[in-house]
Amino acid sequence: MDKSRGQITLVMGVIGADVHAIGNKILEYAFSEAGFNVVNLGVMVSQSEFVKAALETAADAILVSSLYGHGEIDCRGLRELCIEMGLGEIPLYVGGNLVIGKTSFGEVEAKFKKMGFNRVYPPGTLPEIAIGDLIGDLANG
Amino acid sequence: MAKVLLVDIGSTYTKVVAVDLDGPGILGTASAPTTVATNIGEGLAVALERLQRKTGVSSYLESYGSSSAAGGLKMVAIGLVPDLTAQAGKMAALGAGAKVLGTYAYELAALELEEIQALEPDIILLCGGTDGGNREVILRNAEHLAGLPGKFSVVVAGNKVVSKEASEILEARGKQIRLCENVMPQFNCLNIEPAQEAIRNLFLERIVEAKGLSDVQELIGNPLLPTPRAVLQGAELLARGTAQQAGFGDLLVVDVGGATTDVYSLATGAPAASGVILRGLPEPYAKRTVEGDLGLSYSARSTAEAIGRKELMVESNLSEEELEKSLLRLEKEPGVISSKEQEALQRCLARSAVKIATGRHAGKVEAHYTPCGLSFVQRGKDLTQIKTIIGTGGPLIYSPNPAYLLSGARRSQDAALKPEGGNLFLDRSYILASMGLLSEKYPEEAFAILKGELEWMA
Repeated sequence: MDKSRGQITLVMGVIGADVHAIGNKILEYAFSEAGFNVVNLGVMVSQSEFVKAALETAADAILVSSLYGHGEIDCRGLRELCIEMGLGEIPLYVGGNLVIGKTSFGEVEAKFKKMGFNRVYPPGTLPEIAIGDLIGDLANG
Repeated sequence: MAKVLLVDIGSTYTKVVAVDLDGPGILGTASAPTTVATNIGEGLAVALERLQRKTGVSSYLESYGSSSAAGGLKMVAIGLVPDLTAQAGKMAALGAGAKVLGTYAYELAALELEEIQALEPDIILLCGGTDGGNREVILRNAEHLAGLPGKFSVVVAGNKVVSKEASEILEARGKQIRLCENVMPQFNCLNIEPAQEAIRNLFLERIVEAKGLSDVQELIGNPLLPTPRAVLQGAELLARGTAQQAGFGDLLVVDVGGATTDVYSLATGAPAASGVILRGLPEPYAKRTVEGDLGLSYSARSTAEAIGRKELMVESNLSEEELEKSLLRLEKEPGVISSKEQEALQRCLARSAVKIATGRHAGKVEAHYTPCGLSFVQRGKDLTQIKTIIGTGGPLIYSPNPAYLLSGARRSQDAALKPEGGNLFLDRSYILASMGLLSEKYPEEAFAILKGELEWMA
């Protein structure tokens, strides 16, 4: 990717009926400090809002957070919606407390990747990890 | 005595107002039917003659004018995502005083292009993509529009990275264009003033001539405005005040007409309660909406539909036959009330037009049940704290009970965030637009006159 860091646009937000706002603010800060152009949709974001924002801003990736444990049902269909809206190849990252109950992270990761997410992060992942992955993924095209 | 003349070429009536700047005060007003079929100057001359007979004034220091004749400023707004740049474009056009015939999103389809051609807009506002965002759609739409026959001009107000290219595509095929800043340069950031200025300039340079108003413009000697723009300026003057006089603060204006009801809110509309989450495109401080189905004569039937037959019968105390009969009379002879039933119907239609139009204009709050408890999400403006509600427009001003009609603007079991209370005022002298015109050069005088002429009702 030939773009400079500042020209890379990321759409981020907390999906569904989830009002956890602090982590979202931390992510916005971390990715902005890293030099990206961040479009933060905040909390209680619908799938449709993510994709429309990505379309309008020609975003390079969508970062979805979910902290209240109902992520799976909120995230299902997001890749399909991206395809529908002409953004079929856009990198989708997801992280937070994605499921409730004692499922192993390996299972959670497999499930979300099957849904079309490129990267799936467990709770407690530091922003730097995702930032590093993002730079690598975008460079590899 | 320094005298100024203010002219409004309405779609039905040409109205003139003589102002004494030294008073300051209104010397007199007059009107005559607008002669759009022949030559607009004729109706204007009659109105001016009547004014002279009333006031004895034959010459003026300056004059200013507005117009909504010949269909007003007809526009189409085009953007990318419906609730983002298409919505931003629509708000820009409405705030510029245009009659927005249609709003389109994504890449224009063949059927939509045919539709746009048939609408015969004066100006098309082409938006799409934030700055540095999506490029393809606005360029493709520029191509499509370039190939469309028609005398429309285009204001290009989209992604700055490709807006010049889009303009060149249009110019290459003979379209007049104006290039300006993006209506939404960053996600969820509204920037509609540059587009509104471009629209205004185009109106002056091309549309005025196209509508047969160039003689009038020359006579007046100052740039004409679309009438709704003049009204918005009058409302903003009242809200903000001037260098020497304190404004009224946030306010709401309802303008009931024969064909449409326009609502103007001057307020930021921030949530009144704490902890409310704001979603959706932010709305401008000066916001105008137009309800094309709510009006007292030409739109009487669609207004009745909007209210609902049963409700209307209950409110007006009319039977179904009486209702139908009165509706027909209102449609056939607008402005003529010849029975008690018609009067009752007219009153209900007017109040409901106010109620529904303000309900559509105001923002809404939704309660969401989340695992973390109850959460409130607001879209649009919270107008609950507004203390000043102003009514204007013939049907309101000339009604026997304007306070009752305007009270429809207050919140009453509405989901919409309408004013919870507020004082009701009437633009008794019908000068909101005129003072909006006057305020450009004489804000102190315009404000003082408007404040003096506004009639407190309830």
